[in-house]
Amino acid sequence: MNDVVNSSAGNTGTINAAGVSIKDLRKSYGSNEVLKGISLDVAPGEVVCLIGPSGSGKSTLLRCVNLLEQPNEGAIHVGGFEATDPDVDIDKMRRKVGMVFQQFNLFPHLDAKRNCTIAQTKVLKRSQEEADQVAQHNLDRVGLGHLSDRFPDQLSGGQQQRVAIARALSMNPELMLFDEPTSALDPETVGDVLSVMRNLAKEGMTMLVVTHEMGFAREVADRVVFMDGGVVVEEGVAEQVISAPTQARTKEFLRRVLDPTHIEIED
Amino acid sequence: MAMTARQRAKVSLYVQIGIFVVAVAALVLATDWKTVGTSVFNFGKIGPMFPNIILVGLKNTLVYTFLGFVVGLSGGLLLALMKLSSFPLYRWIATGYIEFFRGIPALLVFIAFGYGVPLAFGVQWNVTLVVMISLGMVASAYIAETLRAGLQAVPKGQLEAARSLGMPQWRAMVSIVIPQAFKIVLPPLTNEVILLTKDSSLIYVLGLTASQYELTKFGRDGISSLGAGLTPLLVAGAFYLVITIPLSLLARKFESRSARTKR
Repeated sequence: MNDVVNSSAGNTGTINAAGVSIKDLRKSYGSNEVLKGISLDVAPGEVVCLIGPSGSGKSTLLRCVNLLEQPNEGAIHVGGFEATDPDVDIDKMRRKVGMVFQQFNLFPHLDAKRNCTIAQTKVLKRSQEEADQVAQHNLDRVGLGHLSDRFPDQLSGGQQQRVAIARALSMNPELMLFDEPTSALDPETVGDVLSVMRNLAKEGMTMLVVTHEMGFAREVADRVVFMDGGVVVEEGVAEQVISAPTQARTKEFLRRVLDPTHIEIED
Repeated sequence: MAMTARQRAKVSLYVQIGIFVVAVAALVLATDWKTVGTSVFNFGKIGPMFPNIILVGLKNTLVYTFLGFVVGLSGGLLLALMKLSSFPLYRWIATGYIEFFRGIPALLVFIAFGYGVPLAFGVQWNVTLVVMISLGMVASAYIAETLRAGLQAVPKGQLEAARSLGMPQWRAMVSIVIPQAFKIVLPPLTNEVILLTKDSSLIYVLGLTASQYELTKFGRDGISSLGAGLTPLLVAGAFYLVITIPLSLLARKFESRSARTKR
């Protein structure tokens, strides 16, 4: 896989990874405060997994980073951009930030290759030939170069998600955000998506990943952040947080996730 | 004497057929066939309507409908986007426009643009322009609501995905959301064209020269000139069906195709 990446010419060269810095981030929907002052730094090239129960605010945090959600308070810096500056060029910033959604959100009226080229030609103003080359390279990279003329509804969930990753990579992002990328997948296709993400991590991409895949987090993440109730409860080296958590809430969550058959009657 | 469910269904079917036969018989007996023969189905005298009802009437109906549709589609798209805008003034304008033009008879719009505007501004518009604007403005109101529903039917994630690739709002709408919305609204949009085809007949309230006649005007003209009673209207009506039935079939085809791709 690395051979493919390194041998390619032009725009698809080495990753120019960016860091993220989040300070005292708050976000409310009406009177419901979802993020209660989050601070988090991600170094360039670092892989950070956000884990926690549903409703803990991890997806909202991720979506704040590329301003799909507008934070109420606090500061976010991405690469050279201050996302929370009201005058930030939001489109220019988003070009640097790839996003992968739980529901893939491929464009159903375009085939896999066009999904990967449309933003290149319309936003980056690349020529169609160059965009095609970049798209083909990135589809090869996720192992789907042979299916570039398929439409999304002709692909399995796992294949669609890999096309979605290729689509994001075609913009040469410096940071990738993954919002539960395997949660909507059939179990047998999860592995392919995770292995694409694993390779991306090896290549040095900065990655912020909301996931329930503890195996992936333990193996690939440099750091794991456990969130609950809109705050960071515990964070640290992946192996330590997952295998030897110090906080009661983390322990409780991990016990439920790692042993779903364990049933505890609460009163 | 209890009947099985199958027997009951059979009896019920016979009763329904019986009622239908009696109704048709009553209608046939009550009809004055001699008069109908001379004034409704008098096809012997309609020869002079041809070929102009096709070369001029059918052609003009198609041209007027097409022009109205082009204006209606552009205006409708603009209104739909305004109605979905986050800027309240746009929403109010669009809502007011749509409610107004859906609420008044299209005939009044034709009169307003055919007679009112020339009087008020001292301008003289040609008939084609009046039809294009009147039909287009009415169509805009209906098409706007159809398109709005279509735009809202495109999942929110599509816009998010486009925006997160760095597309500005307008680019995401043009390249990603609107093409999908059009696919969704193709069947109802085809129905709008059918309604427009028929509404183009309202042009009869304006003074037309012979070369501007469309189907209905041809029919009405034939009534007074041919002495075949209402037969010319019947002929005109038949030509409307020539336009609208293929459109209906097209709409149905679009519908089954979109039902298939949705799965």
